[in-house]
Amino acid sequence: MTVTVLGVRHHGPGSARAVRAALTALAPDLILIEGPPEAGPLMRYVDALVPPVAVLAHAPDRPGRAAFWPFADFSPEWQAARFAAQAGRPVRFIDLPAAVVLADDSGTGDAPAPDSISGDPLAWLSRAAGHDDPERWWEDVVEHRLGGDPLELFAAIAEAMTELRVAAQADGWTASDRELRREAAMRQGIRAASREGCDQIAVICGAWHVPALASLPPARADADLLRGQPRVKVSATWVPWTAERLTYASGYGAGVSSPGWYAHLWRTSDHIAERWVARVAALLREKDLAASPASAVETVRLAEAVAAIRGRSLPGLSELTDAVLAVLCQGDQVPLALINGQLVIGDELGVVPQDVPTVPLQADFEATCRRLRFRPAAAYREVELDLRRDTDRDRSRLLHRLRLLGIYWGEVTSAQSSGTFREGWLLRWRPEYVVALIERARYGTTIGSAAAAVVTERAGQAAEFSQITALVEAGVRADLPDALPAVTAALEQRSARTGDIAHLMAAMPPLARVLRYGSVRQTDTDLVRGVLDSILVRICAGLPAASLSLDEQAAAAMLAALEAADAAIALVGSAEQAAAWRAAQRGVADLAGAPPVVQGRCVRLLLDAGLLTPDEAQQRLARALSSGTEAVAWLEGFLRGSGTLLLRDDPLWNLLDDWLSGLSEAAFDAALPLLRRSFSQFSGPERRQMGVKVRAGLAVGRSGPADQGGTGQDDDWDESRVRRVLDVVAIALGGSVADE
Amino acid sequence: MTTAPPANVLRPHAEQEYAAELAALAASDDRPRPPAWKLSPWAVVSYVLGGTLTDGTVIAPKYVGVRRLVEVAVATLATDRALLLLGAPGTAKTWLSEHLAAAISGDSTLLVQGTAGTSEEAVRYGWNYARLIAEGPTPGALVPSPVMTAMRDGKVVRAEELTRMPAEVQDALITVLSEKTLPVPELGIEVQAVPGFTLVATANDRDRGVNEMSSALKRRFNTVVLPLPATEDAEVEIVTRRVAELGRALQLPAEPPALAEIRRVVQVFRELRSGVTQDGRTTLKTPTGTLSTAGAISVLTNGMTLAAHFGDGQVNAADVAAGLVGAVVRNPTQDGVAWNEYLEAVVRERSEWRDLYRACRDLDVTIE
Repeated sequence: MTVTVLGVRHHGPGSARAVRAALTALAPDLILIEGPPEAGPLMRYVDALVPPVAVLAHAPDRPGRAAFWPFADFSPEWQAARFAAQAGRPVRFIDLPAAVVLADDSGTGDAPAPDSISGDPLAWLSRAAGHDDPERWWEDVVEHRLGGDPLELFAAIAEAMTELRVAAQADGWTASDRELRREAAMRQGIRAASREGCDQIAVICGAWHVPALASLPPARADADLLRGQPRVKVSATWVPWTAERLTYASGYGAGVSSPGWYAHLWRTSDHIAERWVARVAALLREKDLAASPASAVETVRLAEAVAAIRGRSLPGLSELTDAVLAVLCQGDQVPLALINGQLVIGDELGVVPQDVPTVPLQADFEATCRRLRFRPAAAYREVELDLRRDTDRDRSRLLHRLRLLGIYWGEVTSAQSSGTFREGWLLRWRPEYVVALIERARYGTTIGSAAAAVVTERAGQAAEFSQITALVEAGVRADLPDALPAVTAALEQRSARTGDIAHLMAAMPPLARVLRYGSVRQTDTDLVRGVLDSILVRICAGLPAASLSLDEQAAAAMLAALEAADAAIALVGSAEQAAAWRAAQRGVADLAGAPPVVQGRCVRLLLDAGLLTPDEAQQRLARALSSGTEAVAWLEGFLRGSGTLLLRDDPLWNLLDDWLSGLSEAAFDAALPLLRRSFSQFSGPERRQMGVKVRAGLAVGRSGPADQGGTGQDDDWDESRVRRVLDVVAIALGGSVADE
Repeated sequence: MTTAPPANVLRPHAEQEYAAELAALAASDDRPRPPAWKLSPWAVVSYVLGGTLTDGTVIAPKYVGVRRLVEVAVATLATDRALLLLGAPGTAKTWLSEHLAAAISGDSTLLVQGTAGTSEEAVRYGWNYARLIAEGPTPGALVPSPVMTAMRDGKVVRAEELTRMPAEVQDALITVLSEKTLPVPELGIEVQAVPGFTLVATANDRDRGVNEMSSALKRRFNTVVLPLPATEDAEVEIVTRRVAELGRALQLPAEPPALAEIRRVVQVFRELRSGVTQDGRTTLKTPTGTLSTAGAISVLTNGMTLAAHFGDGQVNAADVAAGLVGAVVRNPTQDGVAWNEYLEAVVRERSEWRDLYRACRDLDVTIE
């Protein structure tokens, strides 16, 4: 029986190539790979997978506990697994079980610290060889190797690593407890395999571990070390991965910074630099940037010259990047960033076939995607959904539900406003969403039930009233009628407890929108109706009291909330509710001590609703404006945002006009600056039109005289005196007076 | 031809000043040299970036910056492509090109200075009109340009401030760079470049009054963008080294300024350049000038001159203040505001900078 240990660099294309060659030469009966044994049963799917993919091990009982072992096409472990699948040889993973790794509370426990020697043994080795960049050194020595006897290479690696470990020990390094257990587990795996009478065993592991696995001491010590480790229940599956995710550290230690380049090294065996530059040039041309073949030639020449200066036999990625920047990009960093994203890293997304075991939630997600013909993709994509169509409505529902589950596949770009059936989305799938799906599996077995459970849970936990109202809207958009009872109950509960009427009023618009437009999505809205009713009762009862003792800022917030609530009630309120609402407004209008801006607004809303006669309103206007300092705020509330309305609404116009012309000279002088300030909020054209209107004649469509303390009859005007007044008023309104 | 010792010149050429280093490098350099190169590319990189040779000779760093940029520049020249050094003013473009020419050809004097008035004769060839009239068009009447000389002798020619030349003059280089030949139709001959010929151009992309290069010409260059110093420490190192060297060359009796003074000037430059104070707390107006490292160097050498001739020989705040104000305030109205804001909001607040604040304020009578 022979055991051959092949020490590799994880995700090293040269290692992968060497492993393949070595396995072909050895023709082993059994292949052992560094990795969690739980991955073993998953190996039967290897042929159907498209890398990059990752083995995901997660603890169903401990949500959020998960670990990944990613594989790219150029990973030596992947190539070993592929070789085994093609040659029909069994393959086994011999590292510590994921059940133990995930039970370890000191973190999911992946890579050791990168500055330690075991974390990056090659850095030490390359430093010993006089190179400052370990990646490049390894690339030169191993990854760029295209031929030679692979077994010799692995023997050399084993020798170097043995030396290195001895040197490291002399340097004061000791293996961590975890590392000792991992190596013990791997040795036990090898022992178990050799007991089975295999003739030729190949072991693929990180180069650093080779010395520890090369000889097998008595098993007792290892068995002792591994006894009594805490374990958790674990299930493992394949998940798709992306090239970008390969750059992160996870599973097999540190990530690779340039997966696209490694993939290139793996796929090309000759003219590596030339083919790379050709791909760069093609990419630049695709983006309408100049990239002539002549420039490509010069790029390769420069890369080779730089490599020569740096003492490398072949240009590597850094030489090629330098050359591409100097020649093809003409020193410009912007296209270089494009090349880095698309080629050096790449945007590949792995594929996992449907028959791979999944958690029910994930299965439901995939089934839903298939039914809706909606495919996750790593690239950004914009879609527009027409909510009148069943499929699109279901898609929108799916996206909204996923967002509730913390899977932000889609981002709403054009919000569904009142009266439109279109909804724009920006889609981008990230592989970690698969993980999120698996983690959320505890909430339910279908996307709908899980999302409803999430909403229910959040409604119970929400501290802020506004959070719950947001949940209501989210729940309706995601069409989760099951969650609505819990949310509305929470809403009702909170509304009873909250003393903040402004908050309650702010909650009205989303509820009203749900009621009014919910039917677009065919949502059952009775529950919302109930909540809205009960909230409105509270608002009406509390509004006057809540309007007392507000500073300027709070008054502004109250004003905004008041207007929002008013619009909401106008949208969905019954006549009875509207009456109650008006009564509350009248209460505020009558209340001494309420902020004048709110009062002015209330009077105006009441006037518009016909609950105050123009005379009453005018009286209030006069009274408010007599108070001096508060008058401006009152008038502002009264006239707010209604410049055009003032021009068109003759009763309102006349009301102001009558009040103004009824002022005594002294009172008029006092009111003039306030008026000017209030009118200054209207736009220039509006003010000009007002001036024109004043000049064109006083009473517009007036049925009878309403002057108080005026001169009397309509037909009893002294034209010249009126003209003088009008001129002043025109100036006050910001218009100009033409001499006639 | 240019190896004569610098006898009382204001500024010796690089190949004269560093003749000893070049000789030591050539002696120890056993790597292959491209045709007509005095040194191997590897030795050229060492000459530029500095280091210690096996025989103990210390090579002073000429360019302080990223190694890969220099490697790419040298590799470009080794592949007989033309090199374009691009960057903001004061990023040592000319400095680097001079040293590259000195190290590769042992001659940094073949130079075409780009100005708005540079004519095609400066790039191609001119005529000695007296002889032209007397003899007619003969080789003897031809006045070769530095480019033509470099082509004939296989040397590096430098084109400084390429983008300041009129565009049509720039384009005269296209044939030279692509065909490596310069025809002289009047004589019915052509000058073909021999190995070793190449061109280093410098250009800046920031200044006003530049003539964009045509893309046909730009394609014939490999471009290396020289950045401003990335960190304060790197910039302080550059300034310290150059100030000491310049002080020596100018035979100033003043001591080189203390590191603290250098650091302070560099900090002022960096803060105003980036528009934010070092602690990231205060946003500043950025003056219109470029505030290059070279500018900081000249502020300090200027301060040394002042200290030597009018002060106590020690560079202090008063000595650098005048140069500092002059370097920052290029445009009195806009930059004046920026500078005053900086003085009041930043310099004044730093207790250990009080001397600088007072010195700057003393200069500025209009504000008091």
